[in-house]
Amino acid sequence: MTKLIVDGKEIDVPAEYTLLQACEAAGAEIPRFCYHERLSIAGNCRMCLVEVKGGPKPVASCAWGVRDCRPGPKGEPPEISTRSPMVKKAREGVMEFLLINHPLDCPICDQGGECDLQDQAMGYGVDTSRFAENKRAVEDKYLGALVKTSMNRCIQCTRCVRFSAEICGAPEMGATGRGEDMEITTYLESALTSELQGNLVDICPVGALTSKPYAFAARPWELGKTQSIDVMDGVGSAIRVDTRGREVMRILPRVNDAVNEEWISDKTRHVVDGLRTQRLDRPYVRENGQLRAASWAEAFGAIAAKTGRIDGKRIGAIAGDLAAVEEMFALKELLAKFGSANLAVQGGDAFDPKAGRASYIFNPTIAGIEQADALLIVGSNPRREAAVLNARIRKRWRTGQLKIGVVGVKADLTYAYDYIGAGPDSLSALAAGKHSFADVLKGAKNPVVLVGAGSLARQDGAAVLAQAAKIAADVGAIKDGWNGFGVLQDTASRVGALDIGFAAGAGGLNAAQMTTFGTLDVLFLLGADEIKVPDGTFVVYIGTHGDRGAHRADVILPGAAYTEKSGIYVNTEGRVQMASRAAFPPGDAREDWAIIRALSEVLAKKLPFDSLAALRQAIFKTVPHLMRIDQIEAGQAADLKTVAGKGGSLDKAPLTSSVDDFYLTNPIARASAVMAECSRLASGHMLTAAE
Amino acid sequence: MSVRRLAPKELQPASFTFTDENLAWAKAQIAKYPEGRQASAVIAILWRVQEQHEGWVSEVAIRAVADLLDMPYIRVLEVATFYTMFQLQPVGKKAHVQVCGTTPCRLRGAADLIEMCQSRINHEPFELSKDGNFSWEEVECLGACVNAPMVQIWKDTYEDLTKESLGKVLDGFASGNPPKPGPQNGRQFSAPITGPTTLKETT
Repeated sequence: MTKLIVDGKEIDVPAEYTLLQACEAAGAEIPRFCYHERLSIAGNCRMCLVEVKGGPKPVASCAWGVRDCRPGPKGEPPEISTRSPMVKKAREGVMEFLLINHPLDCPICDQGGECDLQDQAMGYGVDTSRFAENKRAVEDKYLGALVKTSMNRCIQCTRCVRFSAEICGAPEMGATGRGEDMEITTYLESALTSELQGNLVDICPVGALTSKPYAFAARPWELGKTQSIDVMDGVGSAIRVDTRGREVMRILPRVNDAVNEEWISDKTRHVVDGLRTQRLDRPYVRENGQLRAASWAEAFGAIAAKTGRIDGKRIGAIAGDLAAVEEMFALKELLAKFGSANLAVQGGDAFDPKAGRASYIFNPTIAGIEQADALLIVGSNPRREAAVLNARIRKRWRTGQLKIGVVGVKADLTYAYDYIGAGPDSLSALAAGKHSFADVLKGAKNPVVLVGAGSLARQDGAAVLAQAAKIAADVGAIKDGWNGFGVLQDTASRVGALDIGFAAGAGGLNAAQMTTFGTLDVLFLLGADEIKVPDGTFVVYIGTHGDRGAHRADVILPGAAYTEKSGIYVNTEGRVQMASRAAFPPGDAREDWAIIRALSEVLAKKLPFDSLAALRQAIFKTVPHLMRIDQIEAGQAADLKTVAGKGGSLDKAPLTSSVDDFYLTNPIARASAVMAECSRLASGHMLTAAE
Repeated sequence: MSVRRLAPKELQPASFTFTDENLAWAKAQIAKYPEGRQASAVIAILWRVQEQHEGWVSEVAIRAVADLLDMPYIRVLEVATFYTMFQLQPVGKKAHVQVCGTTPCRLRGAADLIEMCQSRINHEPFELSKDGNFSWEEVECLGACVNAPMVQIWKDTYEDLTKESLGKVLDGFASGNPPKPGPQNGRQFSAPITGPTTLKETT
């Protein structure tokens, strides 16, 4: 620790701090443009100038280390001033230079109202300019479907260049030319390929990079802001949903260092237009092969007429990727009243809730990746399945302390890895210690075995899980204080479903059996769209979008999307999080749990809760850890040893990722025109790569 | 200086391959740097590429250099557009005249040389002459102020020029018979034009 005097106040900070960090620790505000705490230091905007006593000129505090400061003549600590006349003058000078070539187009700029330059010009600038000459003009660049450019406004902080190279791992942006003619661009204006590119808009301190889909849509001060949780993947990124009236205008990330730091994937951010289109806003009933709009009473009546005639055991339910814990719990209770335990969550057949939480969550935790020193990825493409988590792996890899091995598909994961093999036989070879990566895992202090949901959603999924758990146990990934075995769930609903036991109970059928011809009479699909239901089954679809599930449905009950209800979601690491309602469901659509509650009354199986609070009480009574919002209930290591001992025969087929097209994984994304355009661009890239 | 862009598509060659000799030379350059720091060789290799390909750097060549050095394409483009010594569009086949326009040369008549280039080659810099053999540009100080005004053609400098002597130099390049580099007014290097003024006596 080193002593410093900042604005007359003595503080003690670590020697590796920069002056900027030290000043912030002392409570001084330092304006900045190019500096960003999660990126490398560039030191080119000069806005963070401070005065170091004894120095002839101000220094850039972002690039000046605390250990570089010299003590005073009598050994007194170095003195920093952030409010002296020299600093004030320096900041005014820098600001005047920055504004020389910055257009005065704030009234038509999308960044207006949330612009660092605007704010800091107010705070640290002067009110006039002495520059009478022409401002420079820069051609706007094409950067793809998500990022709109207005390059006249660029102040060349190079945050975007560093972000794409360091965080995205796709070094596509750069600064061509020099001096006044420097321009930020991609190589020959090709579209960006990263699935984190939306964050460029947040990271740009001015209005040079703005959101293309959100262009000229709203002003920040007219938006209602709701803090919520994302459900597009299993990561559960912290988001802020901005609404105007009842319409969701945009989605932004919130800082949550335990989960998403401050990034979100493009699907999380730009799925917004999918919330408006293809919506189910009234119940439908199928008559003579045609769906027709109906009232709630008619729809419920049709279901009651069907369920009244059949054996309760021939009713089943499958939950989709976006279902919250509340509605799954309500549906489970409803089916229990029918005496049915035919429950499944999409892609969840390989997991057994009774085997313990450790067997289906990402035990090392997302933040824990930063302690890992060896990582085995089994049958997963984290870049597509959990883009933000992949950025965390890359962050650790960039420190040079993480060695990575992959079994499965050979893909560009934005970091280098040892490719071990494609199929389960490579996994077996690794388990037998026949591959050199086995020694890397054995020698590691905190090894992690990451198993993708895709490699478990197959016939031999349970055997793959057992084999992976065995490797984890053998290499010492499961020990006191460190549990390195983790399943990377690619959907938001799965861990929550398994937590409340929304899986085949005693004598119940799993998803594969339920979708076999002749096993069920009535099937409830709770937003499940990746399911192929056989003929002859009466399908009740509770969901939000007119997607695959709705097309097959006999009765459609319109539900609420994740921005339209308060719901508990459990992310892949087992963290319980609560999403909040930002808008209201369209038309006659209702919150899903309320639909199930109302339906239960018509079916004469009334559920014992009349409010969301009462429902949650019931959930918390059964599964107490769901009460602890933002906490992780750790899995038991002993359970994993049991799973590892199960064995089972492995198929020969190669392990694949569960996500083919990153942009089109769920009904909301499939309804989004922006996601469709991104998907088109991405497939174009793949074509060129294959040529 | 103005915004530097790559030449339009129709001027770009379809492919670029290093000659065996240049590839071996490039590998030797890369070997000068520690393992993993091969990108340090980018300027040297781009320069060689420019020499190999008619005095300018094409888009395919940028990609070839990037692939050779395992760099993202944009990084090589950044370097190629940053340094004005890399020509991004075709230059004269016989001579690309770089006229120094900085103060000492300007005071000694660089404006005449520029006028000469404008009338004889093309009114605009970086544009080819009608026969495609010549092009010109104005550059910053080339460090031969004592022999101002001067031009640089390829690797040689022609100094102490006037409109007429520049004309002769260009004639020489046109006929494939370039004059001897250095002062074009009979002066010996940077010695006084009137002959030695000091150290005349030998002891």
